[in-house]
Amino acid sequence: MRLRFLPIAAFLGFVFLYGPILSLVIFSFNESKLVTVWGGFSTKWYVELFQNQQIMNAAWLSLKIAAISASVATVLGTMISMVLTRFGRVRGRAIMTGMITAPLVMPEVITGLSLLLLFVTMERLFGWPAGRGVTTILIAHITFSMAFVAVVVQSRLSDMDNAIEEAALDLGASPLRVFFDITLPMIAPALIAGWLLAFTLSLDDLVIASFVSGPGSSTLPIVIFSKVRLGVSPDINALASLIILVVSLGIITAAILMRKGARK
Amino acid sequence: MKKRQINLGRGFVIAVPTLWLLLFFLIPFLVILKISFAEPRIAIPPYSPLWETVNGAIKFNINWENYAYMWEDSLYLKAFLNSLKIAFFSTILALLVGYPMAYYIARSPEPKRSILLLLIVLPFWTSFLLRVYAWIGILKTKGILNEFLLWIGIIDEPLIMMQTDFAVYVAIVYTYLPFMILPLYANLVKLDGRLLEASTDLGASKIATFFRITLPLSWPGVLAGSMLVFVPVIGEFVIPTLMGGPDSLMIGKQLWTEFFSNRDWPVASAVAMVMLVIMVIPIMALRSAQNKGAEI
Repeated sequence: MRLRFLPIAAFLGFVFLYGPILSLVIFSFNESKLVTVWGGFSTKWYVELFQNQQIMNAAWLSLKIAAISASVATVLGTMISMVLTRFGRVRGRAIMTGMITAPLVMPEVITGLSLLLLFVTMERLFGWPAGRGVTTILIAHITFSMAFVAVVVQSRLSDMDNAIEEAALDLGASPLRVFFDITLPMIAPALIAGWLLAFTLSLDDLVIASFVSGPGSSTLPIVIFSKVRLGVSPDINALASLIILVVSLGIITAAILMRKGARK
Repeated sequence: MKKRQINLGRGFVIAVPTLWLLLFFLIPFLVILKISFAEPRIAIPPYSPLWETVNGAIKFNINWENYAYMWEDSLYLKAFLNSLKIAFFSTILALLVGYPMAYYIARSPEPKRSILLLLIVLPFWTSFLLRVYAWIGILKTKGILNEFLLWIGIIDEPLIMMQTDFAVYVAIVYTYLPFMILPLYANLVKLDGRLLEASTDLGASKIATFFRITLPLSWPGVLAGSMLVFVPVIGEFVIPTLMGGPDSLMIGKQLWTEFFSNRDWPVASAVAMVMLVIMVIPIMALRSAQNKGAEI
């Protein structure tokens, strides 16, 4: 009896996960403007999507912000995880650990509000950052995504045997050289995973960006949110389908590459 | 000379991320704390300074009004309680949906296991906002689910599902499910199959084996997954705003309204401080539960 229950429950679970995604994709090819009434196959919403200048600009801005913030967050997050795993006893270690675990569970509304209030205070005291816009969004995204990068890289570093690194150090290589010649190649998969995670988190963030963005710096989620609030619209379905396509291709490629790597 | 260079480099690697986090993570909380004791003003910035120099003496204006106001206006208490309620029940629901899935994946043979795991992670990489949006198309009055139910004749009139707590629960369970499944899976995959065999060999039923062996052993996974759902859901803003009705109060939404619509920064800050305190309690409880688990 239970043997049957398990596959059925798991199957229903997967239907629950993928049904809505499937419905998004199907109705993105719907001729009718009414999202849920089938009016024949059409790709016109994709054409409309690419002609929507507001969405295109926002998407481009979001991609740029995500790429820059993910790169900076990867560098900073890697630095922290090196300090926590390879530097031995460091003063303030507990505070550092706290500061990289707290953002993982912090509600976005609080992160957003606190950063905005900081930016306003800083602007009043030092005149920087002047107003809110791309710079403030970048700072906010770097801050919360570096915590995620640090977690990914740290778990790789602590799983890794550091005998090779120590041997190189004993043989007289400088710590910098050891890092770039030995540690970095060994943690490269974790760095890529961390970067991708940071990139996705930045691309997906609505709440924090809404707090710290200014006029003229509407990211893609901000534009989508204001559209979705007014109701369903088929060009958003088209956008969602494109995102799903890109993500699926990316994930499947990554999985195949990792399996090949594992076989070697 | 070389030693000094190394120490300099070491100091640099420690200092840069630490300073970044101090400036952009820790200090912002002190700013929130400070502003939560200020008085709202119609000015730029829209709050009173916490201290002023009057005739050469520093005068502090600590104002408890914002906290008192939250206590007096039942709206905030209701919003807090409702957030806790929704977070609690969606955690239970996610556990009920997620546990069989995690268990099934953990028991699957290898190539299948990786593929199923990939299928769990994949939605997480697509947009959160768009996954919530998908449910609007399904649940709205002329949505997919209603059309389907009307078509097969279970109902005669469309059900009103959008802008209800039901829609909020569905969207929360849907979007947070991977966070429940992944820690559960990580735990269940380590479960020693021999224990289950021993239990059935000794005559225990499958159900008894589950409740007396599998479930207690997977407790750390249950706790970790529940925490990853419960804590962030308390502060959820997007889902109650898009799916919930005007009366589905949640504190994250309330903070947003206070800030963006009422432009009352001090009250928004006070709400954030109380939220933080409320969230610290389950996190501490989890820490101590995990430490106890480690001792055994």
